Amino acid sequence: MLRKKTDLDRMRDELRDLYKKETARILVCAGTGCVANGSLQVFKALQDELEKHGVFITLELLAGEKKPGVTAVKSGCHGFCEMGPLVRLEPSGVLYIKVKPEDAPEIVEALVSGGPPVERLLYHHPVTGEVFAEEEAIPFYKNQQRNALANCGSIDPEEIREYIARDGYQALAKVLTELKPEDVCREITASGLRGRGGGGFPTGLKWDLTRKAKSDKKYVICNGDEGDPGAFMDRSVMEGDPHKILEGMAIAGYAVGADEGYIYVRAEYPLAVERLKKAVQAAEDYGLLGKNILGSGFDFQIKIKEGAGAFVCGEETALIASIEGKRGMPRPKPPFPSDSGLWGKPTLINNVETFANIPRIITNGAAWFRKAGTEKSPGTKTFALTGQVVNTGLIEVPMGVTVREVVYGIGGGIRGGKKFKAVQIGGPSGGCLTEEHLDLPLDFDSLLSAGAMVGSGGLVVMDEDTCMVEVARFFMGFTQNESCGKCVPCREGTKRMLEILQRAVDGEGRVEDLEVLEELALAVKDGSLCGLGKTAPNPVLTMLQYFRDEYLAHIAEKRCPAGVCQALAAYAVIAEKCKGCGRCKKVCPVEAISGEVRKPFTIDPEKCIKCGACVDVCAFKAIARGGK
Amino acid sequence: MGEVMQLKTGSEGIGVAGRRFTKVNEIIERHGRTPSALIPILQEVQEEYRYLPEEILTYIAVAMGLNPANVYGVATFYSQFSLAPKGKYVIRICDGTACHVRGSEKIKTALWEKLGLSDERKTTDDLRFTVETVSCLGACGLAPVVMINDRVYGQVTPEGINEIIDQIIAEEEGEKNAPEEN
Repeated sequence: MLRKKTDLDRMRDELRDLYKKETARILVCAGTGCVANGSLQVFKALQDELEKHGVFITLELLAGEKKPGVTAVKSGCHGFCEMGPLVRLEPSGVLYIKVKPEDAPEIVEALVSGGPPVERLLYHHPVTGEVFAEEEAIPFYKNQQRNALANCGSIDPEEIREYIARDGYQALAKVLTELKPEDVCREITASGLRGRGGGGFPTGLKWDLTRKAKSDKKYVICNGDEGDPGAFMDRSVMEGDPHKILEGMAIAGYAVGADEGYIYVRAEYPLAVERLKKAVQAAEDYGLLGKNILGSGFDFQIKIKEGAGAFVCGEETALIASIEGKRGMPRPKPPFPSDSGLWGKPTLINNVETFANIPRIITNGAAWFRKAGTEKSPGTKTFALTGQVVNTGLIEVPMGVTVREVVYGIGGGIRGGKKFKAVQIGGPSGGCLTEEHLDLPLDFDSLLSAGAMVGSGGLVVMDEDTCMVEVARFFMGFTQNESCGKCVPCREGTKRMLEILQRAVDGEGRVEDLEVLEELALAVKDGSLCGLGKTAPNPVLTMLQYFRDEYLAHIAEKRCPAGVCQALAAYAVIAEKCKGCGRCKKVCPVEAISGEVRKPFTIDPEKCIKCGACVDVCAFKAIARGGK
Repeated sequence: MGEVMQLKTGSEGIGVAGRRFTKVNEIIERHGRTPSALIPILQEVQEEYRYLPEEILTYIAVAMGLNPANVYGVATFYSQFSLAPKGKYVIRICDGTACHVRGSEKIKTALWEKLGLSDERKTTDDLRFTVETVSCLGACGLAPVVMINDRVYGQVTPEGINEIIDQIIAEEEGEKNAPEEN
């Protein structure tokens, strides 16, 4: 139990001395992605192997014995999920990718003997073939600047002592012993930090408004209801560095005068829930949460609330209703939560990543934070880079870097040498950016001016084979499904918009649909209460703005230029490529394909139901979808 | 109503109906009867029964002093809750953006075909499998992703998912046959 700041300092120093006894450390990624790829088995195998060599050691053993050794820990997400399971060695910084349990002997042997790292497990550049031993040298990581994600992948998220050894909870201690609540709010305001959940509202202002609200009881809520399809940065922070969120929330509690906090986490993130619960328990055991924290007289407790699968609960008033046990439906604002939030009390509600930025701002100062990013969007931002890009994963970059730097510099360009078409940013509330926006800076204001938004930070890269009309239909299907039904324009408007887009994709589009679609989009935007409805038409509007021809091709010419929409496809055998193997004939469910073996087959367009089974089965790419 | 009054007195002296709902009572007691406990209670009850039977919803409402319409409203609002029984293995196909552009649709078709399910028929008759789509599981780096109960499978292919299902079926059959062999 830590009773004052000096206790925390002493513990940090003692732990640092202990960790110095590690001759090396093996970090096995235990984020959702790597676990799915079998990282826990890899961890076990490495541990066994270290024991076999007699060098395995734990924190407890380090404290008990003088003997040095190698520790093996499970870490949070490194972000390079596609290459998982990932294993990082320290202090060398070597990163092994796609590690299997049977690789353990070789890894440990190389480590213990001090020999060179196992080359076949290192990252090889997919184009140049260059081998990278160190994690930081890999292009995917080289161009990043990790702040909110700093500890993700390099500490054991289930071990509070690792966090303390790395100056964890020092920012909270500083705030409690040196700063008044108004000073904290002033520092956050000076940093220019803007809400990382999507809207980009100035965090300091929100804090100050809540601080000034008069009430006997106030709350702090951490919004971990990360629902945007294609976004997983909050999950990674919750899983990889949960104490940073708790510390950020406690600092916020002190600044606004709250003694109770809630973390609202999506039910789809069981691992995040588990890690957060463990972290809260550990922080309470150490006296870093609970009553009279570090002897300051400040009380703060945190409860975890699991969501139940409703995207709209990411909206703050809906989230509050959900914590109260009601249907998660938004209500009109004002009053804002800073005046009347949870159970009618003043409530500060921030996103996971926003809280994760707080401790470092307090420790290093607002000026330090402003060194990265742009004037109006300072700091770094995490993005989930996915889709048809060579390197997918979780990244953190200074705000204001260009789309090109992210897609080509970090992402390594488009897969399979295909052509870049668009990048969808901000999920169902955002929009797509095209080639002409490749040099657009990624910050709150530039993106808004292009019709998109940062949103939670999902970046889905699309290549020439992606149909933008189908993508717009996909997002509309999502928002339509997630509309809570309170506002008629959102509930009915999104349904009608979805029908129109569905018709276009099904080859039944009508030319007059275009006008109706645009009119509906504006009505839904104007007539909805919350962010979900207000932004739902964005993907459609940007599609119509930047890919109007593609939409027109669907409705006027009944043609899908990308060759994606099955109903618009016209399947035909390319005679020169066909070897006459007959596999397509076998899979065709309607017997539309005929021909003699070893001669080109033919498809009867009258019988063809455009299911695409023949394309999937053809080994010679001899069936054209048409449309292009 | 007498029975209901008894129910409200807590775990002691539960009425006839109460005895059928011992487990539910335990869950309610653990969370307390404040309205904010409703969602966690429903989550735990669903974990117990694999769905939310309608009579249990009414029972929870009365026990918590809430209007049954409120409880029903909450149970039908959130996609996690199901009023129809779910299978022993709940297969969630991620249809987030990343999975969608990398072919989640084909996995769904393959699963539907394999298990004889459709958009309307989500659960097999033997209550073994339920197939659902979810918007995003947050494992986009591994797209396309499928989650079976609590386990996440990444970079799934239509053939791969068929193998996983076959494996589950084989394990199930093995369990069923094991006692007979002894």
